[in-house]
Amino acid sequence: MRDFSYFRADNIEAARNAAALPGAMLLAGGTTLIDLAKCGVAEPSTVIDISHIDGLNAIDVTADRAVIGALARMSHVADNQQVKSLFPAVSEALWQAASAQLRNMASIGGNLMQRTRCPYFRDPQNFPACNKRAPGSGCSAIGGVTRGHAVLGVSEACIATYPGDLAVALVAFDAEVDLGERKLKVEDFFLAPGATAEREHDIQPGEVITAIEIPGSAAARRSTYIKVRDRQSYEFAAASAAVGLELEGDGRTVRDIRVALGGVATKPWRVRAVEDALKGKALSEDTIRKASELAMEGAVDHGANHYKIALAPRVIARAILKLGETA
Amino acid sequence: MTVHDMKHAASDSAHLEAVGGRLSRVDGPAKITGAAKYAFEQQLEGLTHAVLVGATIAAGKVSAIDSRAAETAPGVLAVLTPDTIMELKGASDWFGNPSPQPTYNPLAREVSYSGQHIAAVVAETFEQAVAAAALLKVWYDETPAIVDLSDGKAGDGIPIDAMTKEWGDAQAAFAAAPVRICAAYNTPREFQAAMEPHGLIARWEGDELTIWEPSQWLDGMARTYAEWFGVPFENVRLVSPYIGGGFGSKALALAHSAVAAAAAKMLGRPVKLVLNRPQNFTSYGGRAATRQTVAIGADRDGRIQSIVHRGVNETAVDGMWVEPLGSVTSIMYATPNFSSKQNVVRVNTVVPGAKRAPGENPSAFGIECAIDELAYELGIDPLEMRLINYAEQDPHTKKAWSTRQLREAFAAGAEAFGWAKRPPEPRSMRDGHQLIGWGVAAGTYPVRRAHGEAVVKILGDGSVEVESSSIDMGQGTYTILAQTAAETLGVPVERVSVKLGDSHFARAGVTGGSRLAGVMTGAVYKAAGQALDELIGLALSDPRSPFQKLQANTLQVRDGRIASPRGEGPDLSIAEFMAAVGRDRIEAKGDTLPASTTPQERYKNYTTIAMSIPHTEGDWSRYSWCAHFVEVRVDEDFGTVRVSRVVSALDSGRLYNPKLAESQWKGGIIMGIGQALLEEGIVDRRHGRIVNGNFADYMLPTNADVPDLQTISVGIPDPHSSALGGKGVGELAIVGIAPAIANAVFHATGKRVRDLPITLEKLI
Ligand SMILES: Cc1cc2nc3c(=O)[nH]c(=O)nc-3n(C[C@H](O)[C@H](O)[C@H](O)COP(=O)(O)OP(=O)(O)OC[C@H]3O[C@@H](n4cnc5c(N)ncnc54)[C@H](O)[C@@H]3O)c2cc1C
Ligand code: SF4
Repeated sequence: MRDFSYFRADNIEAARNAAALPGAMLLAGGTTLIDLAKCGVAEPSTVIDISHIDGLNAIDVTADRAVIGALARMSHVADNQQVKSLFPAVSEALWQAASAQLRNMASIGGNLMQRTRCPYFRDPQNFPACNKRAPGSGCSAIGGVTRGHAVLGVSEACIATYPGDLAVALVAFDAEVDLGERKLKVEDFFLAPGATAEREHDIQPGEVITAIEIPGSAAARRSTYIKVRDRQSYEFAAASAAVGLELEGDGRTVRDIRVALGGVATKPWRVRAVEDALKGKALSEDTIRKASELAMEGAVDHGANHYKIALAPRVIARAILKLGETA
Repeated sequence: MTVHDMKHAASDSAHLEAVGGRLSRVDGPAKITGAAKYAFEQQLEGLTHAVLVGATIAAGKVSAIDSRAAETAPGVLAVLTPDTIMELKGASDWFGNPSPQPTYNPLAREVSYSGQHIAAVVAETFEQAVAAAALLKVWYDETPAIVDLSDGKAGDGIPIDAMTKEWGDAQAAFAAAPVRICAAYNTPREFQAAMEPHGLIARWEGDELTIWEPSQWLDGMARTYAEWFGVPFENVRLVSPYIGGGFGSKALALAHSAVAAAAAKMLGRPVKLVLNRPQNFTSYGGRAATRQTVAIGADRDGRIQSIVHRGVNETAVDGMWVEPLGSVTSIMYATPNFSSKQNVVRVNTVVPGAKRAPGENPSAFGIECAIDELAYELGIDPLEMRLINYAEQDPHTKKAWSTRQLREAFAAGAEAFGWAKRPPEPRSMRDGHQLIGWGVAAGTYPVRRAHGEAVVKILGDGSVEVESSSIDMGQGTYTILAQTAAETLGVPVERVSVKLGDSHFARAGVTGGSRLAGVMTGAVYKAAGQALDELIGLALSDPRSPFQKLQANTLQVRDGRIASPRGEGPDLSIAEFMAAVGRDRIEAKGDTLPASTTPQERYKNYTTIAMSIPHTEGDWSRYSWCAHFVEVRVDEDFGTVRVSRVVSALDSGRLYNPKLAESQWKGGIIMGIGQALLEEGIVDRRHGRIVNGNFADYMLPTNADVPDLQTISVGIPDPHSSALGGKGVGELAIVGIAPAIANAVFHATGKRVRDLPITLEKLI
């Protein structure tokens, strides 16, 4: 049997200490960890249950900033009235993620840390080669079934898509992840694969996410999350966009805009090229569509995922148009 | 002595409980509260757990298996490999043809598909078995695989002459036709995706075998087990009280079933083996991938002159599956000239199997899209096109339809849908970014018939028991058989309990091909009729009977009470009567077979499909029919297709329970939505392996993908199809949904997608 020890952490210090042990993994809602353990991908020697730690599930929202505890449930955050009014893209991203059952179990910290849905990554028995699982073993996906794989931020080592929704909204609004001793931008917290596909986050053994913080802004207040997927519910994004928009007093010139993409990149993907192209410009469908195309600079497809290159800019454009219309 | 009067009782069909009433599923509460115990939920003393190991190559040989580490792992009782598993005898196929091989090994040395079982580990606990299975080391000699129909090595395949249907001179008439269309239509490998996985618990006591296994065919599977192990048929008992979905996949005892039963025999302990979700995509066949070309030649007024159809389906290297692709093509429209031929191509896959409406479903996708293409070519409304070519008789056999309410279905569906308001041009309706399209398609399914047997018992307390080894996989057998017995006997339905899913009960053939309701209502009707006759006979003649002195020549049973038809004389409950005559039961076994049937024929009838009655037997051609009207919304930027409205009008003859029939129709429509837009087994072409074999990646419709579905029954009782006038329900509604959606997508976008599923990249 693959035995592991189970440790219930009563406080954050205990969690941090235990998390520093080799082979230790944190357990929050368990919807990723247990799934991956069943696939034979996660083989922790110690499971540290943090779900009973008090005070890590607070949701504290003001116009200035939202502070969301790492153990807050996806469903609670999605349904929070202030999140809905001050950070609609965050609520919408969560609403469109996973299923009601999963959202009721899953935590915000665990959500950021969810792993790729690359089918080769999830099937070690049949596909031993995977740089993310076994560094240096190769990539089974390249040359295989790549319909869901990334077109942005890919490397020769790995082309796996970061599948989450929430983090896309977070990078759009310059959110930070609080690791206790240090805070860093969510955008920097996620790492593109480069030559080290196994390193997905800037997090060290012994570090635990305690909260995320999202600065309030006019763009965050007028924001949306559009997710395009094969079916209407319970499905990862083929392409998604989190967009926030602030207009000048004239109601059509862009003062501030935030754009991030999901479902098409190896990490939640902020697209400043689109933002820069639109800042100071008057919105028109044509300008929006042209600017949105800039998001695909440097995109590389692997055959079956080629459609994402056409799709992603359209998702961005739709989101901007929608926000522009609700002026 | 008069037999009970069905006609009279049938006029009460407004009653919930009578046949034709909208009684809710009697097994519903047990399922909702969790009281219903499924096959694997049996708790047995000394139960052990088996886990299968599948090949990681698609073709080649297992050259060696190192099982030492697994054998010494905690809790392990046995590691079974092709060399160590006990030898089984070859079992006959479902037609009863003997096996070409005298022996059978369910663990493969020669691998012909990825995931094929090559070993199994049995341990005290499931977790121990899983852990030990991961310790097996396997070496292979790999050979090149043919991964699918598009593989360069696949070739044209083997012609299946039995599938050829021809009349007139189709090629010449097509060449001469003033208007012609010709296109290719593809459907991918699909899976039944039942919520309950496959698996079983096997227990031997001496040479008696008990199997708890979800099964669509207890008697057929019991025969297979009996033949594998060389024990008498009666020694095998299969128990399958509830089934969490089968859709065609659970009718046969399969390799994993043999492994579990063999392990139980070898260990002398009961063994539980349940396929994990990925194994449910590789251990038995889903719907074969298909390719069809349909060429139609027509007059300028839209009258079809010729249909030329060619089909190919994939089958396995080590097994044969023919998906009859010309089945709908040959009967839907009147045509003076017709040709349909079919090949099968061997690829490295598990042998494909039956999935809801095998044959009819892909066949309809071809012809129902093609006729739509012809309609646009001619500028004729697609519904009008279908009416112009309406087949007044079976174009293939030239026999009269037993009943064909398809014209009525088109009319009722069109009316409810508002089809008359449809603008003819593609891309002519929109709502913001959504392009809206309307499509129509027809569907059909043959009335498959067979014989069945049932036991009906009237007990001393006035309650009634019905027993049959047929099954309920959600379609409502428990309910309609209770209704049939209640109505026939004149007792309240809540006094009837139906017992199913035990091969020691009265025999039944396969629950497949939408035949069960027609067969079993007939059998119960007969058995209950016999029980009633006996009850009334007893009441009239038994010296202890209070009715004896009435000197009447008949009596009536209503609401569980016996009385004379005119109401004079005594009025007793069945329980009071049984007490009076000192009986604790009246039992009758009824079947629908001719009295001359020999025991051998009976055995064959229930344990093979060799004796099913052709749907074109005698003077009639018997089919169910339907017409689907679908609205889709296609996002012009994203290519996403959403079905926003479905109206289907269906002719399943008389409905024994409209509520349950509607549920089955809706289930078929929903499955058709999945087929049209989502479902596809995706193969890694380098490894010949399905990579989306799980419920997160193999897309099925969620509730959000399913709009309001309106179903309209246009059926009339069909006396040629079944004892009570019903035709098939379960498979009908999925036939024609995918083409209706594809046709609606064309109307919305002007793009013809002939390759299922219609995913977004095909439209952007
Ligand atoms: C079928 C399915 C569909 C899904 N669809 C979507 C979707 O459409 N969109 C989407 O965004 N997500 C989707 N998900 C992913 C889901 O949102 C995540 O599984 C969930 O958010 C993880 O949260 P958890 O609390 O259950 O994490 P856990 O499983 O408990 O943990 C996940 C990982 O995070 C680590 N971890 C947990 N908490 C912390 C912490 N505080 N600090 C550091 N590390 C931590 C764990 O060690 C583990 O490695 C889907 C999941 C499934 C199974
Ligand atoms: S894409 Fe990344 S995760 Fe997938 S197989 Fe390649 S290395 Fe592994």
